[in-house]
Amino acid sequence: MDALIGLWEWLGENLIIVQILIKIVVIVAPLMLCVAYFTYAERKIIGYMQTRIGPNRVGPKGWLQPIADAVKLMFKEIILPTAANKTLFLIAPLLTLGPALAAWAVFPFQEGLVLADVNAGLLYIMALTSVGVYGVIIAGWASNSKYAFLGAMRSAAQIVSYEIAMGFALVGVLVAAGSLNLGDIVRAQQGEGGLFNWFWLPLLPLFLIYFISGVAETNRAPFDVAEGESEIVAGFHVEYSGMPFAVFFLGEYANMILISALTALMFLGGWLSPFPASWVDGVPLLGDGMHWLFLKTLIFGFFFLWLRATFPRYRYDQIMRLGWKVFIPITIVWILVIGLAVIYQMPWWFD
Amino acid sequence: MTFEKFVFYVFAAVLVFAATMVITRKNPVHSALFLVLAFFTSAGIWLLAEAEFLAIVLVLVYVGAVMVLFLFVVMMLDIDTAVLRSGFIQHLPVGLLVAGAMVLEIFLVVGPANFGLEKYAAPVRHAADYSNTQELGSVLYTVYMYPFEIAAVILLVAIIAAIGLTMRKRPETKHQNPSEQVRVKSTDRVRLVKMDAEK
Repeated sequence: MDALIGLWEWLGENLIIVQILIKIVVIVAPLMLCVAYFTYAERKIIGYMQTRIGPNRVGPKGWLQPIADAVKLMFKEIILPTAANKTLFLIAPLLTLGPALAAWAVFPFQEGLVLADVNAGLLYIMALTSVGVYGVIIAGWASNSKYAFLGAMRSAAQIVSYEIAMGFALVGVLVAAGSLNLGDIVRAQQGEGGLFNWFWLPLLPLFLIYFISGVAETNRAPFDVAEGESEIVAGFHVEYSGMPFAVFFLGEYANMILISALTALMFLGGWLSPFPASWVDGVPLLGDGMHWLFLKTLIFGFFFLWLRATFPRYRYDQIMRLGWKVFIPITIVWILVIGLAVIYQMPWWFD
Repeated sequence: MTFEKFVFYVFAAVLVFAATMVITRKNPVHSALFLVLAFFTSAGIWLLAEAEFLAIVLVLVYVGAVMVLFLFVVMMLDIDTAVLRSGFIQHLPVGLLVAGAMVLEIFLVVGPANFGLEKYAAPVRHAADYSNTQELGSVLYTVYMYPFEIAAVILLVAIIAAIGLTMRKRPETKHQNPSEQVRVKSTDRVRLVKMDAEK
């Protein structure tokens, strides 16, 4: 053990790039495993909600289903449509996955446990999540197919609209926490009240708007007009097969986990325990820790699936109305409210 | 050569390459995508200059929003490149003249005479806890308050003008009234009728 720690310290001094690479692998490899089992959870949960069983053939209770799917997709032929723009056609899935993974660089998992502790972390995450839309747009255009193109157009309009509401919701968090550093945002939610000190209470409208906009940004039901199976087949990825198709899905699920984790971080106190520190002093597992973050992330991940099983798809004009005429005005008003609360140092949260 | 210098030259080379591609590609979608690359690399260069806030906002605003709308429009254009390219040689002398004049002007304004090391000393490196965002905000809302407000008002006027120009009453299009749709009851839509059985 001491030899390993020594080696790690030696790497930090001499080959810092290798050390950073190892850290990236430690974040990305479990994330990919989570993505694989998120697809399994989705099929199982939606199955039970619709009184079906879901996948139960591969391995005990179907646990090996995601592995089987991955192997199947890897060995399938990659079909390039004849009139497609080949380079862009293949770059597009990577542009969806890349930002979804890169955003984890500034994500704090626990006090001091973060790959890059930058003080513009919130901005960095906003910038990266807004870049993800290029994958969808380029895929739709490069496929040279009408369905794909329609999907891309819908997605572009939807993401640009909801990004504004999402950005404003984050401005509220920024005002409340007084910092752009994600770690500081969590620390600002610390207090004697336990879960009542978290930002979900003073920022309740922004919390709801952030999560709903997050569902819209990831093109998930009920905002999945970009895919719209019943209208435009599969939308932007209708021409994709095999591995490029799988990469699109890796990106989508990684984005869902990212939005869930960010919501947990910014509104539900990240790694903080819901119990006041004085109650659980010395009790194992009930104090602050990474497991709380995972638990909160799981809850929001479940919301994604629950929404999908419950709601029918929004009509396009309804999506636009909700984004522009409902969410944006509410966020602007609530930023004013939070600004006043911070200036006058409202007790509990901002004193 | 330090690592930082190396990174700078890589970004600079990619930036110049992308900018050249923007104006030489035949396909407007490719041009727009190279413009995205150009924005991205210039954001990288700004990061090297310790302007994190501006760099990230460049990506957030220009790459994340402006260029998405730009692509949206460009993808739907049907441009006949042959017409655009005709008369290239004919217009070349004028074009070169204008371009030359512009390069000269830029050189005169931002050249070494005004921005050399003797005019502006090399900036000192800031510590890791230095917050670019905070500095920018505190200057913007105190020293540059008036220019900032005036810019905001001009933008607001531009928004109102753009909406005013494009909004017109079109009585022939059908509209939905969402609040009416929400308020609807089953009795408004379905009428149950009692009938005798047909013989």
